[in-house]
This record gives sequence, structure tokens and C-alpha cells, in this order.
Amino acid sequence: MQDGSMDEKTVLEARDVTKTVASPEGPLTILADISLRVRAGETLAIVGASGAGKSTLLSLLAGLDSPSSGRVSIAGVDLTALSEDGRAAVRGKYVGFVFQSFHLIPSLTALENVMLPLELANSADARATAAAALGDVGLSARLAHYPKQLSGGEQQRVAIARAFVTRPRVLFADEPTGNLDTASGQRVADLLFELNRSTGSTLVLVTHDRGLAARCGRTLELDAGRAVP
Amino acid sequence: MPVIRFAFRNLWRDLKSGDSLVLLSALTVAVASLTAVGFFTSRIAQGVARQATMVLAADLRLESADPLSASVFAAARAAGLRSTEELSFATALFKGGQSQLAAVNAVADGYPLRGTLRIADVPFGVARSTDSIPHPGEVWLDARIVAQLGLKTGDALRVGAATLRFTEVLDYRPDQGTGFVNLAPALLMNVRDIPATRLIEPGSRVTYAGLFAGPARAVAAFRAYLIAHKRPGERLRQVGDYSRQLDSAIDRAGRFLNLSSLASVLLAAIAVAMGARRYAERHVDAVALMKCMGASQGFVLAVAIVELSVLALIAVAAGASIGLGAESGIAWLLRDLIREALPPASPTPVLIALVTAAVMLAGFALPPLMRLKNTPPVRVLRRTADPPPWRHGVSYALALAAMIAILWIMVRDTELVAWVAAGVLGVGLALTAAGYGLVHLTTGLRGGVGVAWRYGLANVSRRGGASVVQIVAFGLGLMVLLLLAVVRGDLLSSWRASLGDRVPNNFLINIRPQDRQPLERWLGAHGIADAPMYPVIRARITRINSRAIGTLHFASARGRAFAEREQNLTWSAALMPDNQLVAGTWWTRADDGKPLVSISTEYRDALHLAVGDELEFDIAGESLRARVASVRKVRWDSFRPNFFLVFPPHLLDGAAGTYMTSVHLNARVRPALVEVVRRFPSISVFDVDAILAQIRAIVDRASLAVQYVFLFTLAAGIVVLLAAVQATRDERRYESAILRTLGASRWTVLQGVATEFTVLGFLSGSLAASAATAIGWMLARRLFSLTYSPDPTVWLVGLTCGTALVGVSGTVAAWRVVNTPPIESLRDQ
Repeated sequence: MQDGSMDEKTVLEARDVTKTVASPEGPLTILADISLRVRAGETLAIVGASGAGKSTLLSLLAGLDSPSSGRVSIAGVDLTALSEDGRAAVRGKYVGFVFQSFHLIPSLTALENVMLPLELANSADARATAAAALGDVGLSARLAHYPKQLSGGEQQRVAIARAFVTRPRVLFADEPTGNLDTASGQRVADLLFELNRSTGSTLVLVTHDRGLAARCGRTLELDAGRAVP
Repeated sequence: MPVIRFAFRNLWRDLKSGDSLVLLSALTVAVASLTAVGFFTSRIAQGVARQATMVLAADLRLESADPLSASVFAAARAAGLRSTEELSFATALFKGGQSQLAAVNAVADGYPLRGTLRIADVPFGVARSTDSIPHPGEVWLDARIVAQLGLKTGDALRVGAATLRFTEVLDYRPDQGTGFVNLAPALLMNVRDIPATRLIEPGSRVTYAGLFAGPARAVAAFRAYLIAHKRPGERLRQVGDYSRQLDSAIDRAGRFLNLSSLASVLLAAIAVAMGARRYAERHVDAVALMKCMGASQGFVLAVAIVELSVLALIAVAAGASIGLGAESGIAWLLRDLIREALPPASPTPVLIALVTAAVMLAGFALPPLMRLKNTPPVRVLRRTADPPPWRHGVSYALALAAMIAILWIMVRDTELVAWVAAGVLGVGLALTAAGYGLVHLTTGLRGGVGVAWRYGLANVSRRGGASVVQIVAFGLGLMVLLLLAVVRGDLLSSWRASLGDRVPNNFLINIRPQDRQPLERWLGAHGIADAPMYPVIRARITRINSRAIGTLHFASARGRAFAEREQNLTWSAALMPDNQLVAGTWWTRADDGKPLVSISTEYRDALHLAVGDELEFDIAGESLRARVASVRKVRWDSFRPNFFLVFPPHLLDGAAGTYMTSVHLNARVRPALVEVVRRFPSISVFDVDAILAQIRAIVDRASLAVQYVFLFTLAAGIVVLLAAVQATRDERRYESAILRTLGASRWTVLQGVATEFTVLGFLSGSLAASAATAIGWMLARRLFSLTYSPDPTVWLVGLTCGTALVGVSGTVAAWRVVNTPPIESLRDQ
């Protein structure tokens, strides 16, 4: 797998992406002809009402799902030409995730949760790197805590540490503050943007929070599966 | 080796969190029960085989019409075996002017190597065991000789040229056999007196026997040596040659044990399947996340396989230790049965357990893990994105094949495995269908009752698929437990009852036609009415479907024996009570005199016969053709006269040389046999009390063994229960939190859970009782040849235990779930 030759500053590109699913009433188009290009270090907010297709677009951009038509590339690699395992390898190498419901593994401690992507990448010093990442999000004292022993804000900070620990080129965040109170949400958002700046990663976040979207460099608004011009 | 390192870390975390506990317990119980049962079966088998060797008076017996070479005894000594010799021949004894034909058995020091001699002071008196043999100059005589010659202890009698003194009445010698070969009454003497008798001369009809006994391994090696080195005319005698009754009993005891171990393995397999299912369910989210972070399908599968393999190794180590520990318990239980030191425990059961654990995991755990690897990564965004459904056919076929392979490796009894596999499969399908039906039915019962009842019933029907899985798991678990707990008891009781106090313990044979009615009157006068007389005719088969028997080839020794030797046959209007017709039809009165024959299953199998075949016999020089009308399964250990060949009445009138019967004689009546022998000198009396006692001992040991194995089955059953309860725990936790958040009290939620499990238990219990009754009946008829009458206890126990066990354990297990603060449960979601 090699980085593509497209514009060297473009890390993420979607061309005419459409997603259609089968429904009892016949084929249902949930995304239609979405095209976008995101450059390194850029921040993009995808906004829209519930059911507008935000999470579907995120799953296609991140290679978690395949479009019905169109192409998606990350770091120049055409995801639509790859098998599921090929897309997994791209995600492992270039992508990080933060989810609305945190998705921490309940049976693992905070440290073990952050170590997980490093272990998957067979990183040499997973423990120390993960501990440092948790230090970066202010949770040095919580390394041995299990998710249920942490508050929502703390759980999301663990998830952010886990997302950034592999130094991804693109970070996808799905409603990262959606499950948090205002203060915790504010703190998590600050952390996301701060790490985005310090690591030089690209941030693509899905939100219906206009305030959060306003902090991004660019906004893509979706309505009924189509980009609002 | 990132996969291995990652898998180890993951496994450690899974173990810490308890996620793999059910799977590990299931595997450990499976391995423990397999190793313990393996050790136990081999020990019991050795004990039973030793019991059986008593009918040979040795572990091995080599017989010849010529003296055995000294090299055979030297080889036995070199192999570490004890040996002795025995000479048998028939001769006349003289006391004054009277004479009596006797079967002489001349024995040397050490005889018998297995079993004990029993002697009495007076004919048909109370016998006692002895370790010695007649001293030179002495003879021990069968009660019939003593009665016939009117001898008193100390009397002298002439045997050939020697004069020997009668010192004891010979009641029993282990190798007297029950094959009615030695019709003449026995005389036991010391082999050192043989030269003085001058009875052995060239051309004398003498059987020389070498008797050998020792440790099992040495015996096996020596058996191989004898087979390779024995000379023409030398015959190696096996236990089966001597006693069909013992063979039957040993076979049945083995099947009981095998059935018990099959039950444990089946339960463990169900538990493994449930454990693996839950393991996979618990890991779906983590796998989706791992795939999101770059893990490939191969990586996910490899990690799961490594984890399972390590889990299997841990289970084998733990299970084998428990199994080995149980072995000392076994040795203690069997201390009376196994008096001699047994060879050290072989690693074979552990190896079998290892293979079984691997096969079980491959068959039952791999399919859900294969499904796990296909978890779509998009599940991290859409919780509803489940892995694609299993290809049921493939995964279940794999599991079934694995199960059958395990069962066959364990018991090597194709018939038993086929029946049990078909039974479990049938019951599994029936349980599934019934489960769906009952779940559907509960849907209609929801209205108009209390909130807890409605919530519980709603859960049963709403969880549809999961409820059916639970019903099948509970039902199969309870069914196997019931089969072993109640039906086993009934089967063992039937078996024991078939060997009850009134079982005939004496065979009267060689009854001349003219003695028949006087004997019947004599028996009637002594209160013995149940003594049907069967005519006995000697015949040899000459042709099968017009082809001369000499031109046909039979692979088995038994087939060749049937083809070459004369058989006893009889006629009978009615099917004998301990015979079961397995093919063809039994004749009616209209068939009297028609050329028909009914054959036993052994005769059919050995000579490859079928209903409709035409057989030709030579009966005292006369030729008789008869068509095979039916095939009978004979219970040889019923201790009643039984025959390989039975003809309809009036076909062989006049051909009957003698009659035979079997009667039960208690110690009070037995001495009166002296009178029978005096009045009817041709009649031979065979006392089978000793062999009956051996069979009773085998039944008792088999019962003990089955009970011991049952402990493991119970443990496996508990793991199944645990696994089934655990199966819906996570879902239940969330629901409980929601209900409590909406204002339901803990008590209401708990009542709902109790209702759900009680209903599940009741449904499973009733299905399990029906299935256990059906399988018990089928096993009794097909495999154990026993009469089994369904026992209402099965239903009582099934329903009570099903309802109570499942209801209580489910509720107790759910207690913690219900007591978890709702916020904690909701936060985990």
C-alpha cells in the first residue's frame, strides 16, 4: 500500500459517494453524490439533522463501510478498491476514532484500553506510550481504573487518548460530546482541537452541536443524504 | 508473533473479567470427567475381566491333545507369569462291584490361578472355599459320584491302577464351564498320582492344559507369543469360549459405563457450545472495535484460536489433575474388587481428553468464532450491525460430526453411539420445535395476570430464539441427567431383577424321554413348578441355500465353529420369554411340522444368514431342510435353557434324544438332588450359582461405577445450567435497569425473572422427562435387552427438578443483576 499521488496535502477525498440500502419499500438512498476533499491538518464538521446521513458518511469516509457507488481515498489509497482486511490495514495505519458512546472495553482498564491499538500495531513500548497518552489527557492517576469507575467525561478522554496514541493522520469523531454535560463536553472538545493542532492530524467530526461545528475550519451540511450547497 | 502475544494478553484479561469462565469450566468438567471415567472404565474393565477370567481358572489357557512343551512354561516364567497344568480325561471309577463314569481333572500346585475351589462335607451340602488341592492319594468327587456310589468320607476307590481316598465333595471348580461339554461328573485329583493310575497311554483321549496368570501387560504379551508360537492342535481358550452368560453381563456392564461417560461428554459439549456462544456474544463489540483499529479478519480468528487453544490446555491441565485425583477415590471404592496391584495409570485417558477438548472446541466453539470474525466494523457506529448469521447447516453438521467422533473415540461401540447420537439429535430437534411451540403458547397467556407474571412470560416469548436455545440447553441437560439418574436406576433394577432370588441356579440335562414325567412329578412334589422341559437334539449344519458348508468361508472363529461343530437344537411352540424377535415372524399352530427354523442373532451374524435362507442339517445321519422363519435376540444371562436353533413342534418328533430344564433350588432343597441322581442316573446337574454370583458382582460393580461417573455428569449438568442462565444475563441486566428506572421495585423485577426461569424450567423438565422415557425405553430394548416399564418418577423428578433447579438457579443468578444499581447497568451500555 502506497500513498497516492494526488494533491500531496489532501489526506481524505470522496468522489460522488452514494449509499443505497434495501428497504421493504424498495431501494433507499441514504447518501447521494457526496464529494469532498480534506487537507492535512484541516478540521471539518459534518452537520445536519438526525437521519441526514452524517454517521453513514463518516462510516464511508473511514472505510468502515463501502459506498454503493463513488470512491473514497485516505492518504491517497483508494478504499473502495480494497477488501475489508485491506481497509482495516489502512485504518490501522492512518485513522483514529472517537465515538459518542466512547466504546471502551469494559473488561479492560483505562491503560489497557489505550494500549489496545498499540498492541494491535505490535508497537514495542505499548505500556509506556499509552501511559504517556493518558498523561496528555490528564488521567495519569486513573490508569488502573475500569471504565465503569470513570465519569463520562473521563471515559471520553480515555477514548481520545486511545484515538491519538497511534498518531493517526485522520481522526474521525462521531458526536464526541453528545453524551456529555456542557462542562465535560467543552473540556473534551478543547482536548480534541488541542491534540489536532499539536499532532498535525486532520479532524473530521460529526455533530449536531452548531457551537462545536463553528470551531472547525470547514462545515459540510447534510440534508436528507445530500450536501447542502 | 503479535497474534500470540496479543492473544495471551487478551486471554488473561478475559479470565480476570470472568468472560471465559463458563467456557473454561465446561471444558474442565469435560476433561475431568473424561479422564476420571477413562481411568475408572479401564480399572473397572480390568476388575470385571479378572472376574471373568475365573471361568478359565487363569488369565490364559492353552489346551492340546498332546503334552504341552516345557518351553511354553519356560516362556511364561520368563514373561513373569505364574503357571500350572491340568489334565482332563474321562474314565470309570470303581468302588467294590460298582462303577461310575467320571471326568477326571488332575491338577498341579497353584491350581486354580484365578477363582477358588469350593468343597463340601456332604453331597449338595453347604460349600466352603479352599486354597488347597487334593493331596497325593486323595480325590475330591462331584456330589453325583458320591451319591451314585454311596461313598463316605475316607472311602477308597479305584482310578485306573491307583487306589485313592475320597476326602471332600467337590462343589465348584472355576473352570467347570457352563457349556455342558463335560457331561460326566467330575473328579479332582493331584497330577502327581497320574503315573500310578497308568491311564495315560499313547492314543488316550486326554486334554492337556497350561494355565497362566499375571499382570495384564505380561498376559497380553504372552498371549501374542502363544498365538505366534502355538503348535497345530493347540488351542488358546478365551473367556467367551466358556460362558455366554458372563460375556453378556460384561458386555452390558461396559455399555452402562459407556452410557454414563457419553452422558457426561454430551453435557459438557452442550456447556461448551453455550459457553462459546456467550464468549462470542461478549466479544462482538470488542472485535468491531479491534477491526476499526486495523485488525484483519485473519488476526481476529487467529487470536480467538490461540485463546481457545490456551484455554483448552489450561482446562486439560486442571481437568486431568481433578481426574487423577478422582482416581484415588476410584481405587478406594474398588479396593474389594481389585485386590492385586494394577499397572500405573496410563497417559491414554489424558490424551483422549486432550483430543476431545480440541474436537469439542473445534466443533462447538469454532462456528460462533467464525461468525465473530465477520463482525462488521461499522457496528461501532450502528449497534444493530450484527455479524452475518451462521450458516446453520455447516456449523451444526461440524458440531454433530465432532460429537459423534468424540463419542466413538470414547466407547468404540458403533451401535451405542448411533443410538445415542440419533436420540440426542432427535431430542434436540424435538426440543427446538416444542420450544418454539411453547414460546408461542406463552404469548397467549400474557394477558390478565399480574405484572411480574406478564413481564416473565413476555420475556420468554419476546426473547424467542434465545428462549428456545435455553429450553434446548436446559432440556437436553435435564434429559441426560434424568436418563442417568432415574432411567439408569430403573435399568439397573431391571437387570438386577432379572437375576433375582428365583433365577434358576441349576441346570438338569440329559433327561431321558422316559424320565421326563417322573422328574416333573418329583420337581412338582418339591414345589418347583416353573421348569419347562426342552427337547435337545444334536445336529450339524451341512448346507446353506444348497451350497455345501465346506465350500463357504467364514471370517469369524465363531462362524467356523458353527460350521464345523454339532449344535444343540430344540423345538418349541412358543417364543421363549427371554427371547426377542428381531426379524421374521414366529410360527403359529398351523405351522406345526413345517420345515422352519428360528435362529439366534449370533448364528445369523456368524453365518451371514437372513430370513428366508434355506439351511440343511444332519441330524443323526438324517438330512433335514428348513427355511429361516425368524431371528431371535437371546438373553443368554437369563439362566434358562436357550438355543441358537429352534424348530416348530412335530417336525423332529422322535429325534429328541434327551430333555433339559433349569430350576431354582434353594439350599434346603438342594440336598434332595442326591435322590434325583440316584433315581435318574443319566441326569447331569449343573450348579450355576457361582457364575450367577459372578454376574451379580458385575452388576453391583457396574452400578457403583455408574454412580461414581454420575457425579461428573452432575457437575457437567450444573455447568450447562450456569451457561444457560448466563446466556441472557447481559440483556437481562439492561432490562432490569430500565424497568427499575421506570419505577418497578426490585421485588417485581425479581418475580418476573423467577417466573421466566420457572416457566422455562417447567417446559424443559416436561420435555426432558418425555425424552428420557423414550430413550430409556429404546436403550432397554435395543441395547440392554431388558424389559423397561416407564417410571412415573421420571416425570415427577423431571418436572420438580426442572422447575426448581432452573427456577431457583436462574433467579439466584439474576439476583446480582437485579441488585445492580440501574445507573451502573445503563452506564455500561
